[in-house]
Amino acid sequence: MSEARIDVQVEHRNAPPADQSKHPNTCPKCGSHFRDDELAAALWVCGHCGHHFPMQARARIDWYTDPGSFVEEAAEVRSEDPLDFFDLRPYAERLAEAELNTGLGEAAVIGQATMDGHPVELSVMDFTFMGGSMGSAVGEKFSRACDSAIERGAPLVAVTSSGGARMQEGILSLMQLPKTVCAVEDLHDAHIPMFIVMAHPTTAGVLASFASLGDVTIAEPGALIAFTGPRVVQQTTREKLPEDFGLAEQNLRFGHLDAIVPRREQREHLVRLLRLFA
Amino acid sequence: MTERDQELNLRRRLSGLSRLPLLRGARVEGEAERLEKQLERLKADTSDEAIWRSVELARHPDRPYTMDYVERFVDDWVELHGDRGRADDGALVTGLGSLDGRTIVLIGHQKGRDVKERLDRQFGMAYPEGYVKAMRVMEIAERFSFPVISLVDTPGAYPGVAAEQHGQGGAIARSQAEMARLTVPTVACIIGEGGSGGAVAIAVSDRVLMQENAIYSVITPEGCAAILWRDAGEAKKAAAAFKPDALHCLELGVIDGVVPEPPGGAQTDHGEAARLLRSALVEALEELEDTPGEELRRRRRAKFRGMGVYA
Repeated sequence: MSEARIDVQVEHRNAPPADQSKHPNTCPKCGSHFRDDELAAALWVCGHCGHHFPMQARARIDWYTDPGSFVEEAAEVRSEDPLDFFDLRPYAERLAEAELNTGLGEAAVIGQATMDGHPVELSVMDFTFMGGSMGSAVGEKFSRACDSAIERGAPLVAVTSSGGARMQEGILSLMQLPKTVCAVEDLHDAHIPMFIVMAHPTTAGVLASFASLGDVTIAEPGALIAFTGPRVVQQTTREKLPEDFGLAEQNLRFGHLDAIVPRREQREHLVRLLRLFA
Repeated sequence: MTERDQELNLRRRLSGLSRLPLLRGARVEGEAERLEKQLERLKADTSDEAIWRSVELARHPDRPYTMDYVERFVDDWVELHGDRGRADDGALVTGLGSLDGRTIVLIGHQKGRDVKERLDRQFGMAYPEGYVKAMRVMEIAERFSFPVISLVDTPGAYPGVAAEQHGQGGAIARSQAEMARLTVPTVACIIGEGGSGGAVAIAVSDRVLMQENAIYSVITPEGCAAILWRDAGEAKKAAAAFKPDALHCLELGVIDGVVPEPPGGAQTDHGEAARLLRSALVEALEELEDTPGEELRRRRRAKFRGMGVYA
């Protein structure tokens, strides 16, 4: 039973393989197709059915923050390969490729900005960089965002999108759970609020650490939010899964979220919270 | 000749060759290269084999479990049941007892010995209810200044529909947060399988120890192989790649010490394994007991915040 079990996943490989025949701008839910500029203008939300396409970290930061206010921090932090990890390809090669394809140094971008004039600290994950997986570099960047928030007395807005811990860093990736939890505890002690926005998917090691410790937690519609994903639960337990297993909507019903907020309304929602906590 | 002797022998021959600068003919160089390669292979083989041996011993059906140790070195044991909300999780045992004359709170995963008990205890895989129960007893520890001992032995947290609906991820996160807040001494030991989030949930401790043949990992070897090699049968290769054994964890700064086991592994002699574990736990507690609580918490957070390797 335990043999087949997958606890923390990476790169979202547990999900059924994406339909390769479909163009990335084709809505997987209703089949509508969009031009790049149409999708960007709609914040990567399908205008017909409301499906939320993945949104890259930099685009989200642009959307949330006042123009020109974002100052990136810890941009130089990069992953190392402490285990010389080699599966079908070397980890070092995967990292280089991810950086080349995404233009990001790691799966999280952090920095300071203002939202409607309110100072905030941001930590935004990007699923396109190795499935948003959390290794030492992501753990360090999130922790530094906590410290920077404490130093400036600014609330922390953290957007999560991650398949879990980055397996290629072995036990060190698991240690990013307690590491980020300890950073949040320092934030709590300093009475700095943390608002979590869970984007699709927020699973495994990220859900089992800082993502679950927000003072206020909202999620995007349809986001998968689960410690163990549906495929692994199905395989290990042979249980029949409910229709909306692990989705934001189910999580709201069971009391794990404060609200589901469509992308278009998130900025206003966060600004309202910033006003209340100011 | 043991593997260690073989390695030493090869090393000696190699260093002898490299000390002959004037005879750097093609043949000598070829010989050096050949020996170097052999040495590398031997080193790799030894450690890969040793890692897999740890995986097998960590999961050995006769290996002592939490309650075997409790019986052998905790006096006045009083088990505490239930999370006061929903259920009592048999995969995670909590209670009060006395260790070397001081009252402690003990939290430990418990696998089952026979089929019925295994099912009752979900093979040592806790539901969120188990972690909520653990947090409840940690609060008792904090209120009465009892040290917290955790014994970790789980393939991972339970992966089921109800576990997800009851908030598995959040329970694991909050259990770690509770441990990061405690101002009492905390010592954890991985006594078998330290499986991922379900393990670290009760191991954010001042001292984290590992038994010699225990494993501590982000994913099971089978799970890693299924994802990265797309074949669960490659578990041995996966284990060799992510190195879940005690020595590698020590090297990476993830644990603070290794607890010896009787020769051949803890399953060969439960009494001796318990004696060795008890003395390691008592020693760790004695090291921590004079430090003020706030300082313990500060150092504990600093230790975990320092984990990771990045540029």
